[in-house]
Amino acid sequence: MSEKRPTTRSSLDRELRAIEDDMLRMGEMVDEAIQGSLRALAERDRGLAQQIVDGDARVNKLRFDIEEACLALMATQQPAAGDLRTVVAAMNVVGDLERMADHAAGNARIVLRMGDEPLLKPLIDIPRMADVCRSMIRDSLQAFVRRDGERARQIAAMDDQIDGLYQQVFRELLSFMVEDPHTTSRALFLLFAAHNLERIGDRATNIAERVLFMTSGVMRELNPEPRESHDLQ
Amino acid sequence: MAESNQAKIVVEDLSVYYEGTLAVADVSLVIPERRITALIGPSGCGKSTFLRCLNRMNDPIPAARVEGRILLDQEDITGAEVEVDELRRRVGMVFQKPNPFPQSVFANVAFGPRVLGMAGRRAQLAERVERSLTRAALWDEVKDRLNDNALSLSLGEQQRLCIARLLAVEPEVILMDEPCSALDPIATLKIEELMRELSQRYTIVIVTHNMQQAARASDLTAMMMLRDDRAGGVIEVGPTQTIFTRPRDRRTEDYITGRYG
Repeated sequence: MSEKRPTTRSSLDRELRAIEDDMLRMGEMVDEAIQGSLRALAERDRGLAQQIVDGDARVNKLRFDIEEACLALMATQQPAAGDLRTVVAAMNVVGDLERMADHAAGNARIVLRMGDEPLLKPLIDIPRMADVCRSMIRDSLQAFVRRDGERARQIAAMDDQIDGLYQQVFRELLSFMVEDPHTTSRALFLLFAAHNLERIGDRATNIAERVLFMTSGVMRELNPEPRESHDLQ
Repeated sequence: MAESNQAKIVVEDLSVYYEGTLAVADVSLVIPERRITALIGPSGCGKSTFLRCLNRMNDPIPAARVEGRILLDQEDITGAEVEVDELRRRVGMVFQKPNPFPQSVFANVAFGPRVLGMAGRRAQLAERVERSLTRAALWDEVKDRLNDNALSLSLGEQQRLCIARLLAVEPEVILMDEPCSALDPIATLKIEELMRELSQRYTIVIVTHNMQQAARASDLTAMMMLRDDRAGGVIEVGPTQTIFTRPRDRRTEDYITGRYG
């Protein structure tokens, strides 16, 4: 809690802060998984990829721990208004973070599956997508702990960059496959990797939406435009 | 929702003075018919004083003076010409401590109808007593004990008996001043269930210190607080769900999240 207020609820405040700290820690784990999976892809490091796949269980466990802390807080402290919205938002955020870690682990699995096949092309836009994802996650979690709804709104707009990059990657890989169908499997590996990052961007947008809900009490979708037809889900 | 309902009581610019000191200031509030309106706020902010204006319970206090208007079904009830006994029949009150008469269960419920000449023949009175006890969710518990002294009932039963006693004179509005503060949690929940049931026929206004009770049991919540001039006022009113999830006023937020004072 950034704001100093009368402290008749110091144990509630302490529990809320612990939940937020754990959420930030979970955000760092997700950030490392995204960064690591990209490095594993670029450097074809299967050992690193395996580490990331294995590490996903820790993220899942932390998510359940945080959810349990949220439930215990609701049952024992009866939070209302802003406190209640914070706890509910935190429960949603950790769900999104957990899914992001799954997508990062998905990219590590792609590295394992590619075996020794060389990359179809040098990585340019995919690392850019990963960079934007990572800033969105970091900034939206900061906006959460600072109760900064305005910042959350700006973060959601960053998802457009990810979507733009994804479309670029999609078109480029499609042209490879059309020109030479033998490249299809290698193109699809990269397309799946880009797709996972695109999903991570959507999840980061969800976090920004939760921050806005927490600060304003209004539940609203920030990027409500319909999905592109080539979306793989 | 509460707002769409018709107004039962409209309070306009109500101020209450005790010995010349302003105790409650400029309260304007619409109390919807057949809904439960909760008044919350810290001790001494004028909730009970305000509640007591709604059936002129402050009248016997000579030093109290009321300004403004209180319209019950569009008629002002603050004037000297108002028949206060009839007003209190229409607008009954349940108090913090159950206060049954030290008589039989039956006599307690029959008391009001007898005094007001509503008793009719014996069978009619018995029917009225049974109906009132049934509506107060007490009949099944006391039907074999109607001649027992009311003080032999548990506190929760006594409080429901007081509600039955009030229902026997066919009120329109029920005022409740901390009706559960002397009761255990189960008896409290029974009263809350009963309030929900009663709100299908009656308009209920409850003063409570228990915020979870206001959150659980009311449709509309009015937050009262002392102003800078030490007089109590209403600072925010809204659907209970809104007040407890996203109040507009910072002071309401601080109070319901337990960060007041």
